[in-house]
Amino acid sequence: MTTESGSSEPVDYIERTRSQYDALGYPPYTWVHNTESPPFTPLSKPLDRARVGLICSGGIYARGQIAFHFKDDTSYRKIAMRTPRHELRVTHFAYDLEDARRDPAVVFPARTLTGLADAGAIGSVADYAYTFMGGIYSSRKVREVLAPRLVAECIRDEVDVVIMVPV
Amino acid sequence: MSSARSITASVNPPRAVYLDYPLGHTAGHPNDLAEQRHIMIDTLRALETIQVPGTIVPLRYRWSDDDSWKETAMRPRKNSMGGSESRDDRITRHAEPQYQLDDDRLAADPGCPTCIFPEG
Repeated sequence: MTTESGSSEPVDYIERTRSQYDALGYPPYTWVHNTESPPFTPLSKPLDRARVGLICSGGIYARGQIAFHFKDDTSYRKIAMRTPRHELRVTHFAYDLEDARRDPAVVFPARTLTGLADAGAIGSVADYAYTFMGGIYSSRKVREVLAPRLVAECIRDEVDVVIMVPV
Repeated sequence: MSSARSITASVNPPRAVYLDYPLGHTAGHPNDLAEQRHIMIDTLRALETIQVPGTIVPLRYRWSDDDSWKETAMRPRKNSMGGSESRDDRITRHAEPQYQLDDDRLAADPGCPTCIFPEG
């Protein structure tokens, strides 16, 4: 189980989900499997001049917003990148929320990015981050409905790169 | 950023970093701001170093001194009698908003302009 770096092998979540579904008597989960070479855009400017966006799928919302429901929820929230920590909330059906509720930055690293922008390590952060609830069974809805909207938001925000944080 | 290497490899995004932490900690340990910062710097650096589409760069951080968390991650649990009956430990899927705090429900703006519900 030990690799050259001294750490053990990654958890194979695909295999574990298969076992879990088998044990529950569910039909097998169909993972997204892309075999073609992904589109690749090189970084257009140095990081200390780049404007950085953020998209997170951990079910984060801000107080005052409508929370996520869990039934194939394809909605998203626009959250000011500098929202105070005490106004951030996390709801999701499929992972242990304890640490994310204690410190939302573990699944929503807006504070980390704004800190790096303030320190000059990156050029700037976008005014807003985007969040959704990642447990959406329909990959078609994600591909055809949700993703194009998020891409349009990022283009409008004129970001150079986007950090994506799934859970 | 990813903590699920097999899933990320299957999705095959243009570039990724992999952090070998339990799900729900994609950007680091809670309240460890220094570590979160280092992880993000390493993530941003990968944007500069990755040249080959589909590359997943492993980040050299360890969740804890031992890897016992990996044994229980997403494994069907034994029932309380120690038998082999498993159960789904996920929360039921609801069609209504699931607020973290009851007070959030009262604070929520029904016409919330930053809550976007795409058609389809």
